[in-house]
Amino acid sequence: MADAAVAAPKAAKKKDKSPAKIEIINENCKACDICVDVCPQNVLAMRKDPAKWEGYVVEVIDLEKCTKCMLCEIECPDFAIEIS
Amino acid sequence: MTFDYSKYLRNQYIPHMWCPGCGIGILLKAILRSVDAMGWKNDDIVLVSGIGCTSRMPGYVDFNTVHTTHGRALAFATGLKMARPDKHVIVVAGDGDSTAIGGNHFIHFCRRNIDINMIINDNNIYGMTGGQYSPTTPPGSYASTSPYGHVEPNFDIAKLAIGAGATYVARGTVAQGLILEKYIKASFAHKGASLVVAESTCPVQFGRRNRLGDPVDMLHWIKERGVAMRKAEKMSEEKLAGKYVMGEFIKDDSKLEYTERTRMLIEKVQQKENK
Repeated sequence: MADAAVAAPKAAKKKDKSPAKIEIINENCKACDICVDVCPQNVLAMRKDPAKWEGYVVEVIDLEKCTKCMLCEIECPDFAIEIS
Repeated sequence: MTFDYSKYLRNQYIPHMWCPGCGIGILLKAILRSVDAMGWKNDDIVLVSGIGCTSRMPGYVDFNTVHTTHGRALAFATGLKMARPDKHVIVVAGDGDSTAIGGNHFIHFCRRNIDINMIINDNNIYGMTGGQYSPTTPPGSYASTSPYGHVEPNFDIAKLAIGAGATYVARGTVAQGLILEKYIKASFAHKGASLVVAESTCPVQFGRRNRLGDPVDMLHWIKERGVAMRKAEKMSEEKLAGKYVMGEFIKDDSKLEYTERTRMLIEKVQQKENK
């Protein structure tokens, strides 16, 4: 049973070539910079935002490069990134 | 394509109170994805916690949740599982909560082999109470109660659990969320006392005192210290100093589970009495 549960998401993964849609939820972002660091394609960057108390918020700078590896979504501690 | 976390969260309390870059958020997401993969219903899960940063987790999830006294999460969870063996009981605890204050409960939970899934967020320090050193603080590092460097050797929680008799023990890091998710899923599927140790980051209390930089640098630091199990077998003790071993250490399905054993005993005694 354990092996079946572990193997299930691998089978579900299929190559999806449709363009990525990255949604940033600004209210949740705490500007920790983790998503910018883990992205292998440099899709994300930090932008100055005086309205936030952290002073920064994450922003998509190069959407075309996104390969939907989902690393930013998995490593974001604050539920601030949604990819579809 | 993206995972919908909102059905498992109490959305009115998000954004959560954890500091920017804290590893507990990554751990919470891994737990929620594992719960989804297991196909469990929200009402069938009980999330129990003690006191601490990690133990704030039940406040954010839409399961049955219990927020108990410091270190005693496992005691409450054991009672809960005995009363309702049909529920999936998950315990989340920090390193101090589970191995210092609740250390006794922890070893006896491993010994009994009760079907509880324990997940320890090991961030090397007491975060919420002000940065005191915990049993897993590496020797030589700074904390508010060790301003000249920590002198005590640290615990290896996984080894402790194996020695005490837990039947599933694994260790991952929050720097590799997918591998951590794999271990949590396997521990959920396992029947018996299971433990997943997640090596995590505390950029505010531990990182600042030890000059480890921002959350990103800390995530790299935690990743570099991890050694895969196969690699660690060939390494000497000196080379392994200051590092931790990752992987699935033990997975034993042969031992009988505690609630099952108790039920068998009850049936046996009842048969005897009815004769």
